[in-house]
Amino acid sequence: MPRPTLRTLSVLTVLAFCVYLPLVFFYAPIEAEEGFVQKIFYLHVPLAIVTLCGFVLGGLFAIAHLRTRDSVWDLRSYVAIHMSLIFGVGVLITGSIWAHASWGHWWVWSEPTLVSFLIVMLLYATYQPLRFAIEDPERQARYASVFAIVAGAFVPMNFLAVRLSSSYLHPRVLGSTSNLPAPMGYTFLVSLLAMALLFATLCMYELAAKRTRILLKSRSRILGYQ
Amino acid sequence: MSPSHQIVDEGEPHVILPGAAHVPTGTASASSALVPVKTSRTIAAILRKELLVELRTLESVPGMSLFAVSTFVVFHFALNRTTVSGDLAAGVLWVTLLFAAMLGVNRLFVADAEQGGFDGLLLAPVDRTALLIAKALTLGAYLVMLELVAVPAFALLLSPPLGTGLGGLVAVLALADIGLAAIGTLIAALAVQTRARDLLGPLLALPLLVPVVIGAARASSPLLAATAAGASAHAAWPATRWLLLLGLYDLVFGLIAYAVFDFLLED
Amino acid sequence: MIFSSTLPNSNDGYVAAAYIVFFAIVLIYVAIMAVRLGRVERRVRELGAPTRDRDADIPSHPETAAAENEDSPTHTQERETV
Repeated sequence: MPRPTLRTLSVLTVLAFCVYLPLVFFYAPIEAEEGFVQKIFYLHVPLAIVTLCGFVLGGLFAIAHLRTRDSVWDLRSYVAIHMSLIFGVGVLITGSIWAHASWGHWWVWSEPTLVSFLIVMLLYATYQPLRFAIEDPERQARYASVFAIVAGAFVPMNFLAVRLSSSYLHPRVLGSTSNLPAPMGYTFLVSLLAMALLFATLCMYELAAKRTRILLKSRSRILGYQ
Repeated sequence: MSPSHQIVDEGEPHVILPGAAHVPTGTASASSALVPVKTSRTIAAILRKELLVELRTLESVPGMSLFAVSTFVVFHFALNRTTVSGDLAAGVLWVTLLFAAMLGVNRLFVADAEQGGFDGLLLAPVDRTALLIAKALTLGAYLVMLELVAVPAFALLLSPPLGTGLGGLVAVLALADIGLAAIGTLIAALAVQTRARDLLGPLLALPLLVPVVIGAARASSPLLAATAAGASAHAAWPATRWLLLLGLYDLVFGLIAYAVFDFLLED
Repeated sequence: MIFSSTLPNSNDGYVAAAYIVFFAIVLIYVAIMAVRLGRVERRVRELGAPTRDRDADIPSHPETAAAENEDSPTHTQERETV
């Protein structure tokens, strides 16, 4: 088990969060329009970006799996997608809270990022049912990889489509990330780094746990237990 | 029908696919070596078989069309309207077409899975992607036939103001059909070999097809818009951006389907 | 959501709610992993085998390599809850 790597990552993540949270609450200025509520931006948006990258990574690992036929890549693809699903739930909940705080509604269709997210989550929610519906392990991994590739390509396409479809009459509820003043920009970058590190650490953790279980199963089978 | 496969080394290799008559394929070669069959001939052969089977069994297209017409009736009662126009008309039309397409998707590979068609294809000296292309063309053909029934039914039952927008609507239908066919075929092949295939197919396909719905519905909406004067003084051609979106979607997912389909067929 | 009725009128509560939800998700995940780790360790103790194996990633025996390769990520007997 790559314990040193997991430990290093965990330490880095904790350090990043120790920098990130004070920056958000003590360094970043209060935004003029939205007020204190805008602070959710430093939580929701990095979470969303990391989640989407996680889904695309799942697709890339799936490509590696189909090319090399090494089940390690399938494991990594699965963990990346699984972790992104969990983070994605967080994105939707924090996005909903932000929408209610800013706009008074728990859900807004005029925020294209949130809407695209919902569609992407609906798609990836079928990933595990798909896997469980196939019994043969090799075929399960292969089909899951095909799905991960198609879904990974879908993520940017979907964002484009929803972005095009959102009406330009309504201002974006949750604001965009462009034209940030410098302190906000730095805080945003740090928050993005912290979220990415957290994602990587939890994925490593999950991979280690899975490998241990697989090893345990094979060892117990060799020893005659079932 | 049990899968049967023979390669007869008598000049012209014969490949028998389940459910079809003898389909002579490939080049006439005097040598006894197996000559790989040209992809275009494979596609033509499979396509012909599919359409013949559909013609004889009438499994998919009548069901899809009937479903579409019934759905329009349901919409009449659900919306409590005698006419629809604009966004509402586009929405009703595209939701109905989408769900009717799902019916076709569910049935697309069932015969191959249950009767050994996949095995037959794997054993034949043909490019496996030919199956994807042939099945996608088949699904596209089913969709066209569906629309030939559904769109007039829609015009009849829910009286959207169509008029000059018909040409534009046809263009939107064509582009959307390509996307539906590409993704529908891929997802059908993916779902057919799983346990809950009838459920998993639409569940997988619906989110993937959201960009198609966005493009198609937004493109159709001005074509079906009513005007105050009652005359069809609305747009005659859909906005370019939606056509570009649909075209981009078709291109990207057509290529991806082409690239990954092989991996679904191995065994 | 229940938060809306118990929060003060200012919007600060929403910010807190969002961050709390995020940390709750992370903590719940870690807790579930900890429970699973406990289960694995118990099984390892039952087997009498050591838990730490430096070369766990690299299968050194042909039979373990074969056994590992036939396992898929979700094809475990203990169904995952998350």
